[in-house]
Amino acid sequence: MGKRIVLGAVAILLVIAAAYASFYVAPEERTMGVLQRIFYFHVASAWAGMDAFLLCFIANLLYVWKRDQKYDWLGVSSAEVGLVLTTVVLITGPIWAKPAWGIYWTWDARLTSTFVLWLLYVSYLLLRTLIEEPERRALLSALFGIFAFIDVPLVFFSIRWWRTQHPAPVIMGGPGSGLDPTMNKVFLFSVLAMHVLAAFLIVERYMLEKMRSEVDTLRREAEAQ
Amino acid sequence: MSLLSNTAILLDKELRTEFRSRELLTTTAVFILIVLVLFSFAINPGTEEARQFAPGLLWLAILFASSLMFQSCFLREQTNDTLSSLRLAVSDPFAIFLAKLIANTLFLLLTELMMLPFFAIFYNIPLWSKLPVLILVLFVGSLGISIAGTAISAISAQARMRELLLPLLLLPLLTPVLVVSSLVTASLLDREPIVQWKGIGFLAVFDLIFLTALWLFGEYLLEE
Repeated sequence: MGKRIVLGAVAILLVIAAAYASFYVAPEERTMGVLQRIFYFHVASAWAGMDAFLLCFIANLLYVWKRDQKYDWLGVSSAEVGLVLTTVVLITGPIWAKPAWGIYWTWDARLTSTFVLWLLYVSYLLLRTLIEEPERRALLSALFGIFAFIDVPLVFFSIRWWRTQHPAPVIMGGPGSGLDPTMNKVFLFSVLAMHVLAAFLIVERYMLEKMRSEVDTLRREAEAQ
Repeated sequence: MSLLSNTAILLDKELRTEFRSRELLTTTAVFILIVLVLFSFAINPGTEEARQFAPGLLWLAILFASSLMFQSCFLREQTNDTLSSLRLAVSDPFAIFLAKLIANTLFLLLTELMMLPFFAIFYNIPLWSKLPVLILVLFVGSLGISIAGTAISAISAQARMRELLLPLLLLPLLTPVLVVSSLVTASLLDREPIVQWKGIGFLAVFDLIFLTALWLFGEYLLEE
C-alpha cells in the first residue's frame, strides 16, 4: 500500500513538473508560438499509450501461454490505461490542429491509425463485458488483443502508403528533423512523467481487477453452497 | 499430410452443407445488391467522381456482407453441438479453420462474381478488359477478410450479443484490407488503369500475417 502511495505521489509531482517545464522552461516555438506547448503533453501521452498497449499485448501472450489470472488482470488494466491516454491524444490533437491547420480533423495517417487503434481497444474492452465465464473471457479477449496488436502496423502502413501525403515526423524523422536541445529535454521529461503516471494507473487498476476477481470467486463459492 | 487430407474432408463438408440449401450465398448476394442500390441513392452514381469512390463502396458492401456471412460459421457447429466431435476427429485443429476459411473465401468470391455485373451496370464502369486482375484483387482481399473473419467468428460465437459483436470486432481489424483493396480497385478501374502491384502485395502480406497468427493461436480459440 505504502509503495503505491509513493508511486502515485511521484507520478502527480512529475506531471505537475512536466506541465511547468513545458510552459516556462521550454523555449517558444518560432512559428506556432504558445500553441506548440501542447505537444509535450500530446506526444508524451501518445508514447505512453502505445507502451501501455504493448504491455497489454505482452500480457495477452503470457496469458495464452501460462494461463495465469495475473496476466489477464494486467491485460485489462493496461488496455484501459492505454485507451485513456489515447483518448487524451485524440482530444489534444484537434485542440492543436484547429488553430494550426484550420481544421479539427484530417484523415492523415497517424490520426487515422490512432483512431482505428482506439476503436480496436474499445472493441477489446467491449468483448470482455460480453463473456461471463472468467477463464473464457480471459482467453478469448487475450486472443483478440493479440490479433488487434498485430493489426496496428498493418493499419498504419496501409494508410501511410495509400491514403496520405503528410509531413515527415519531427522526431526520429531522418535528417533535417529534430528539436531544440531544451525542447528535447522537456519533451523527454514529459514522456517520463506520462509513463510514471501510466504505471501508477495500471498498478491501481490491476489491484482493483484483482479485488474484483476475488470477490467474484467468493460469491461463486457462496452461491454454490 | 494429415492436415491437408483433414482439411479436404472438412472443406467437402462445409461446401456440401452450404450447397444443399445455398442459403448463405443467396442472402449475401442479395444483401450486397441492396447495399449497392442504397449507396446509389446516398451519392450520385452518374458523376465522374463516382468512378473514384464506387470501388470503395463495393468493398464496403463486401465487408458488411462478410460480417453477416461469417455469423453462422461457428454458430452452426455450436447449435448442432458438433464442434467437440470436430475437434476429436482432426489431429490438428488448424484443419477446422483452414477448411472454414477456404469455404468462406469461396462463398465470398462467388457472391462477388455474381454481383460484379450489377456493379458494372449501376455505376457505369466497364470491367471486362480488367477482369483477370480484378479477380486477383478480389481474391487476395476476400482471403484476408475470410482469414480474420473466421478467427473472429470463433470468438464472437462464444459471447453474448454475438450478432453485433462480430462486426464490432471484425470491421476495425479489416481497415487495412478496405483501404488498400479500394484503392487498388479504383486505380484499376480508372480511365487510365494502373495495376498497383505494391497494393496487391500488401494484401498478400496481410493474408500471410493473419494466416500465421491463426495457425499459431487457432487451437486456443476452440478450447472448451
